[in-house]
Amino acid sequence: MTRAVMEKKDDLFEAMVEFGRSAELSGPTWLKERRAAALKRFEDLGLPTKRDESWRFTDTKVLKRTPFVPAVADASPGVDLSDLSFSTFGEDRLVFLNGHFAEELSSKNLPKGIRVRSLATALQQDADGLEPILGRYATSEHEAFNSLNLALFQDGAVIEVDPGCVVESPIHLLFVNRAADGPLLINTRVLAVCGDNSQVSLVESHLGLPGHPYLSNGVTEVLAGDNAVVDHYKVQQENSDAFHIATFQSHQGRNANVRTMTVTLSGAVVRNETNAVLGGEGGWAELNGLFLVGEDHHVDNFTRIEHAKPHCDSREVYRGILSEQGSGVFRGRIVVAKDAQKTDSKQTNNNLLLSDEALINTKPQLEIYADDVKCTHGATIGQLEKEAIFYLRSRGISESAARSMLIYAFATDVVGRIKVESLREELDRYLFSWLPKGEVVREAF
Amino acid sequence: MLEIKNLHVRAEGKEILKGIDLKVAPGEVHSIMGPNGSGKSTLANVLAGREDFEVTQGEIIYRDQDLLDMDPEERAREGVFLAFQYPVEIPGVSNTYFLRAALNAVRKHRGEKEVDAMEFLKLVREKAKLLKMDQSLLSRPVNEGFSGGEKKRNEIFHMAVLEPALGILDETDSGLDIDALKIVADGVNALRNKDRSFVVVTHYQRLLDYIVPDFVHVLYEGKIVKSGDKDLARELEKTGYSWLQNGKPEIQPVGQ
Repeated sequence: MTRAVMEKKDDLFEAMVEFGRSAELSGPTWLKERRAAALKRFEDLGLPTKRDESWRFTDTKVLKRTPFVPAVADASPGVDLSDLSFSTFGEDRLVFLNGHFAEELSSKNLPKGIRVRSLATALQQDADGLEPILGRYATSEHEAFNSLNLALFQDGAVIEVDPGCVVESPIHLLFVNRAADGPLLINTRVLAVCGDNSQVSLVESHLGLPGHPYLSNGVTEVLAGDNAVVDHYKVQQENSDAFHIATFQSHQGRNANVRTMTVTLSGAVVRNETNAVLGGEGGWAELNGLFLVGEDHHVDNFTRIEHAKPHCDSREVYRGILSEQGSGVFRGRIVVAKDAQKTDSKQTNNNLLLSDEALINTKPQLEIYADDVKCTHGATIGQLEKEAIFYLRSRGISESAARSMLIYAFATDVVGRIKVESLREELDRYLFSWLPKGEVVREAF
Repeated sequence: MLEIKNLHVRAEGKEILKGIDLKVAPGEVHSIMGPNGSGKSTLANVLAGREDFEVTQGEIIYRDQDLLDMDPEERAREGVFLAFQYPVEIPGVSNTYFLRAALNAVRKHRGEKEVDAMEFLKLVREKAKLLKMDQSLLSRPVNEGFSGGEKKRNEIFHMAVLEPALGILDETDSGLDIDALKIVADGVNALRNKDRSFVVVTHYQRLLDYIVPDFVHVLYEGKIVKSGDKDLARELEKTGYSWLQNGKPEIQPVGQ
């Protein structure tokens, strides 16, 4: 509590508490109560500092000094969305401008058995249905930003897949952010409820347009019923001054298969907390990540897999490419509960440092309370291999193309895990344009 | 083709090559032999442009150009090829696709049309057959999980696809069994013609039974101490290199 008192000096913190208190917290009664409790929790927690173990490597000072105001509905993105990378993946797309649903830009051609609505609409139409779920899973009590989101979220998406429904085409949630007049706070929430034996792919892309800094503070909750298969991707390309802080939380039933991938391409300070709970026997959880960090940007990947039941497998592969003065964090926590016997968990984090000033902190954490488990983890930090560069050059490939080939090869381990083909192709296109001599690299793969 | 004049090279503060003179005419095969540590591999790597070495004196003229002034990739595009003693494993980079990028870089440099995917596949299949390479090695990442013999064969396969003007083989025979050695030698012999030259660095005479050289040079403590024709290699096989330490080697004219 003493700390909270100290932290109240922060502009962001004060403004948010003030806003929360003065604003009419929207929604049905149960939500208003939950929002008020979340605001109280945010107030008690205060914004994290480097003294918080889970924020040790990520500095929030700049964030605290920025006078954010909550975003209101923005009529137009000011650009043609199809000009943006990661803006188009098939037919079903929900577009959000500064966190508010933009119906006229969205399109739906959904098969029977799946409903996709904006969160604001869902709360109007079906508040009782959401009551037992919304905000009940992403409950990391220590996370101030998570609480802030619940207290103040404006909109987002609700995806409901009926039991047994197999959705072929990916559902795309496109978040376009633009702070035209001053720093904005954008709180969005995604809730996916996937019934038993259902199958669906979700792609979130978060794109920032030039302008003032903004804080995109998102929460995604994914519930996968027994034997459900859920494939979730998040690609973020926020603007160079933007802050992106997000929580992903999945909870899966018996024999369910949940995969999530986080691709971070830009943003001044990015923090992704990714939590998966294997809540039924025989589950498979996969957490993958690719992060490219340049300029003086910072990317923090904070992951936690909880094996709550026996006979579950989890796999985690995160790869970081850090250049210039970019800095990154990977934290991989794996918790195996006492009765989660026969757990099989494998975690890998590989990092490529392309400059002397780039920095990575990597830290696996295993907490194992069961005695019959297989858990492995490994982390590497390396540079491009001089021998390999010389080998490629000796065959006629230019030095910059050789370097790019090796960087691309490093990334393919994660890119190759993308099952949504259109997304994988889009990411490839992005990498080929991002890499020097990308056209030569394209030819070599 | 190639003229090395009074070449002195240092690495890690130590002088390794102490005045090499060598002339290679088009179509000739020169073999560089000598005991371990005599500087054979250094010479091969300096020709290909490896940066760990410092040339302190001398020059290398390759087809009327100053070779030492060229980047490794420029040399490759101008037709210099090094078959590595220890080929490098490159995870994630396909052996075939990377080679297409390399071939097209070379062709572009020569002002030739780039090859498309279909033409390239045809070419690659043909060359792989020549070297009796398993098709699976083509789609795998460069040298990753290849056996020692497969790696060496892969080097000659790269050479067969890139068709250089000057092939430098750095102990390509080391560690090969006799069958693999014959395949590698056949691959090299198939590339021999009146315009293409080779510098074959080897520790053992055995390779030279299959790739018959026009000239043999003995490198010892950074200098060429003896040159002759293919019979010199046979002689070395009998006497070994021990005479170098005792006797005063007779220095003979080099090349043509």
